[in-house]
This record gives sequence, C-alpha cells and structure tokens, in this order.
Amino acid sequence: MQAFTQLNGLVAPLDRANVDTDAIIPKQFLKSIKRSGFGVNAFDEWRYLDHGEPGMDNSKRQINPDFVLNQARYKSASILLTRENFGCGSSREHAPWALEDFGFKVIIASSYADIFYNNCFKNGMLPIVLSADIVDTLFNQVAATPNYKLQVDLAAQTVSTPSGETFSFSVDAFRKHCLLNGLDDIGLTMQHQDKIKAFESRHQQAQPWLYN
Amino acid sequence: MAKTLYDKLFDSHVVHEENGAALIYIDRHLVHEVTSPQAFEGLRLANRKPWRVGSIVATADHNTPTNGWDKGLAGIADPVARLQIETLTENIAEFGAKAYFPFMDARQGIVHVVGPEQGATLPGMTVVCGDSHTSTHGAFGALAHGIGTSEVEHVMATQCLVQKKSKAMQVLVEGQLNPTVTAKDVALAIIGKTGTAGGNGYAIEFAGSAIRGLSMEGRMTLCNMAIEAGARAGMVAVDDTTIKYIKGRPYAPKADQWDAAVAYWRSLQSDTGAQFDLVVRLQAEDIKPQVTWGTSPEMVVAIDGRVPSLDLAKNAVQKADWERAYAYMGLQPNTPIKEIRIDKVFIGSCTNSRIEDLRAAAAVAKGKRVAANVKLALVVPGSGLVKAQAEQEGLDKVFSEAGFEWRQPGCSMCLAMNADRLEVGERCASTSNRNFEGRQGQGGRTHLVSPAMAAAAAIAGHFVDVSQV
Ligand code: SF4
Repeated sequence: MQAFTQLNGLVAPLDRANVDTDAIIPKQFLKSIKRSGFGVNAFDEWRYLDHGEPGMDNSKRQINPDFVLNQARYKSASILLTRENFGCGSSREHAPWALEDFGFKVIIASSYADIFYNNCFKNGMLPIVLSADIVDTLFNQVAATPNYKLQVDLAAQTVSTPSGETFSFSVDAFRKHCLLNGLDDIGLTMQHQDKIKAFESRHQQAQPWLYN
Repeated sequence: MAKTLYDKLFDSHVVHEENGAALIYIDRHLVHEVTSPQAFEGLRLANRKPWRVGSIVATADHNTPTNGWDKGLAGIADPVARLQIETLTENIAEFGAKAYFPFMDARQGIVHVVGPEQGATLPGMTVVCGDSHTSTHGAFGALAHGIGTSEVEHVMATQCLVQKKSKAMQVLVEGQLNPTVTAKDVALAIIGKTGTAGGNGYAIEFAGSAIRGLSMEGRMTLCNMAIEAGARAGMVAVDDTTIKYIKGRPYAPKADQWDAAVAYWRSLQSDTGAQFDLVVRLQAEDIKPQVTWGTSPEMVVAIDGRVPSLDLAKNAVQKADWERAYAYMGLQPNTPIKEIRIDKVFIGSCTNSRIEDLRAAAAVAKGKRVAANVKLALVVPGSGLVKAQAEQEGLDKVFSEAGFEWRQPGCSMCLAMNADRLEVGERCASTSNRNFEGRQGQGGRTHLVSPAMAAAAAIAGHFVDVSQV
C-alpha cells in the first residue's frame, strides 16, 4: 500500500449528504475483475448525461456541465469536501478505488459510513472527520476562493486553510501508523501467526462443530 | 460484569489486541463473484493460500440472469458478467472452499439466503462477506460484518479481521405487531426513527417481545436492514426459534455434537443488566405498513401518510436532500402515499425472498390480477431451494395466474446488475433494501415495502394498505 503523510491539495466541493456508493460507482462497473480503471466512471450517473457501460469510450460521452466535478476549476482536485454519512450503502471497495483513481487522496466530511471509511485506509486514502460547522465553513471558503487548497498533515493530524486557520482531526492510532508507513495489513497480521494458530486450536476444542 | 450479546461474540473471537484495534478470528467466510476476484488475484500475486479453506462458502448471485437458464452460461448475454461468474468458478477450483454453489446449481442463490438455509451460518460464529448485507446472519446470534475486498483478501490469508469494537445499541420493540405488519415494516420504522446514519459506529441488538415473536425469516429481514440504519452488524439473541430453524440443515452440527452446541448457543444473549451505549424504543402496536417515498431508506412514512413537506425537515442539509429526492422521485410534497401509481413490482432480494416472504405475497395475489398499468411484476426467489419449496406449495402458479413473472434465483432487480432493471422514470414497489438514485436502473424510482405490500400494490396499481385488500 502507498504511504500517506502530507498533502497540499486543491479542494472540490460535493455539497450533498448521504452520498452512497451506488452513486460513487454505479453497479454496471462492478463486473470488472480488475482493481484499477474505475476513475473515469466515478459518479458516472451525475457526471455524464448519457448512460455509461463498461468498455465505452468515455471521452466521447456527453458531459453534464452542471456537475461540480466537471467544472474546470476543480479539474486537478485531490481533496473531496462533502457532507455527512458519505459512502453509505454497499461495501464495494470499488468506491474508494474509483475516487482514488479519479485523483482524490483525502476526503473531508462530518461523518462516513463505517465500511467505506475502513475501505479508504486500505487504499492509501485518508478520510477526515471534521465537525459539521467546520465543514460548512470550508464549503463557504471553497465557493469564495478560486484555486482553494488545504494543507493536510497526517502525522500532526491537522488540516490548514490558506489563511492559516488550523483544524485538528482524530484518527485511530493503528490506522494512522499503517497509513503513514504504507504498511501491508496482511503482512502485519501474519506476524501474529502463532497467536492465530493457538486461538484456532482452543476454539476448535471449545466448539468442534465449527470445524466439521 | 454483565455483558451484551455483542460483547460476548466479539470478546470470544479476539486473537490479539494492540493500539485499540483487535484481531478477531473469522469462522465463516461467504464469497460471491463481485467482490472476490481482486482478492483472489491479490493472494495469487503474493503467493498466498487461504488460511482455512473449510471456512469458505461461495455462490454466484449478483450478476446471474433470472431467465434463459436453458442456455447455460452461454445464456449470459453480457460477456463482462459472464467472465466474472466464470472467474469465481476458476478461483474456487484453484483455492478451494467448503462448499460452492455455482450458477444454476440447485442450491445456488443470494449468498445471505444460502448461508442460513444450508446451516452454514450458526450462532456464536463470526461471519464475513464482501457485501454489506452480511448483517443478515446476525439473526442467528452471530457477529456478522460486511467487509471490503481488501478485507476479503485479508480474511482469506489470515482468517482474521482487524476490527475496532463498535458501540452497542439496543433496539427494543415491545408489544404485539398488527397482523399485516412485518419485520420489513419494523426495520423501516426503526430507520425512519434513527436515520440512515443513526447506527454508524454501532452494532445493534434487536430485542423485546415483538422481536422474539418473529420467525427466523423475519429476524433475517430485520438484521439485513441494520446496515441501512448505518450499523455494520445487527443481531438477535438465540432462542428456541433459532435452534429449531438450524436443526437438520446440511452443515448444522450432527447428532454427536448437537447437544453441546445447543448448550453453548443458549448462552448467546445479553446478560441482565448489561449496559448499552444507546437504547432506542418502539412500541409494536404503533407500527403500520411502511413505504419509502425518497432516495434513502430513512425517507419513509406509513401507508396512510403523505410525502412530507419541507417545513418538516430538521435542518438545511435535510431540506436540500428532500428537494433533490422530490425531483428525482417525481413527487410533490404532501402527496398521499396511496395515490402514488407504480409501473413495476419487484419481490425478491436478500431482504425479502425467503419462503415466508413469498407465501405472504402469494396470499395477497391469490385469485387476483396485476393491474393494467403495471408493466412487469417480478418474483425472484432467494435461492434454488426456496424456489423448489415455493413450487411444491404451488406459489409459482398463484403468481403466474395473477400475472407475475416467476424467475430463477439471484439478486436480480435489487441492484440491477443483470438484465432486470427499471428504465428512466419508472416507478417500482420493491421488497429490496435500497432506494438510492439509480439503484434499480439509472433514473429508476424505488419505493421499499414488505412483500405483502408489494403484492397489494401490484394488484391495485398504486400503493394500498394491505389490510384493506
Ligand atoms: S440481494 Fe441486493 S442487497 Fe442482497 S446481496 Fe444481492 S445485491 Fe446485495
């Protein structure tokens, strides 16, 4: 996994609550057996006016000019600012894969759905929780400021605005450690192989029917 | 200290703890075609093998067609979908599984219907699957989580999941449900109360006399919808209903182990005096049949209600949400729910495709006809075995005579990955679990209801109170 430490990135505002994973990456794209290439179909139903299917030449499709991420000023955004309960719905990891492939490394919202939140960390992305009031402030600043960037520092757990305001966020120590160092979860867990084996033999003794 | 059911399930699976995160051991890993290919690929690239093949139970469900089975795999018109289904078969052949029910196997079906039906989901287990509705299996007094594909790979490789313990919520439903009110209505009423984010960070235990009165099918419906309340896991304590359901199923403990298993399972309840971080109460008698009106399961009202007006929104964010929902759903505020006409009906999904669901819908449809304005009314059983059982009871005839289409098992129009879907602007009464924009087809409009309410809407051509049909 790629490490994440700091980012000074352009912010794109997606002013909606409860953005679900069906919206982030519609189901027809889940048929892929690959892990990459979902970015062109991120937010497909909002982003294009025509219906998208896997294998289409997306450069020939009709862009929805009203969708915020299609605006030129947000083209190279790497931070997505959005509202509460982002990523609700299905467990599809295709959602963070699509956002990451689209170019986002950081998401800022007042809350996330649990599975999505977890999936982000597995893909080197940082989902930041800030209070609804701060999120509101940031939305106003983005709207008012062309080329609005935020400075994100994972080690310090801070988000800083161009005017120098700094907000701190909390993040689970273990996830932070893995993300800062780009650690592979499976490799880490395998360090506890002996414990897993010991647990397994106790467990099997206590509940042998689980091992039929 | 008095423990909650969640404490018992979680604590009994902790292998190791560090920095506030636990490594928990996984007993059952359910696998389907959509969220597994990248995980198997990951194992292959890293030259890893599954830790315990015996924990894996797999089936194909999300992509499989519900008709044209006489043509076999060749009947899957979409080559991308076919490849994904074939890939699962190849991966299982390479890596192994305790059981695999491939496309068109007599036992194939929606993974959350198949697991319990086979006795592959048991009380006290930790169950995971790369699908958010894995919460369904909590109905058995199991700890069941939906996981992402990276975690699918992690569980395959290590038999463990890195988990932070959630907070515990108890949803207490006391009293006696009205005869036409089902577990689906209870689930929607709860979500209407807590909101779709209300359960974020929690594991929910459903309790109270109304819950104890539910069948296993009903408890599965309820736990299935826990994720729509934002909770990764939902659960119900073990009782006689649980044990009776499991007895004799193919993968249930055999005679020599049965008594010991049952003795352990009976301990799977919250202790008296156990503390919950949050308790939500509903009175069973107050719950009426529910219909969602918007694009989130929390946008729900009783059948005798109306699409809410903006002045009822609790804040600006919700106001904006509702305005977008009115527009997407093509509905005006204050429209009576009973006046909403529908174009299609879908009875199926891991929420409501079990035998009891089909019986309830058939009881309403019997001797009636689907209304002329309803273009398509689909009944998709949750598994091959549910289908066979229903046919044995003659339910397929009841549906066909009433003008419903009787299909092969699978996820079907719950997420419309196969050919079953809504067209732009079409309105559907659906027994599934998500009414998100585009969920049942781009531009499609979904109203979530119980099976009986869906059948009643099919007959009337618009929503009606099933108790008045
Ligand atoms: S029926 Fe629907 S919700 Fe259930 S597993 Fe299939 S797609 Fe997911």
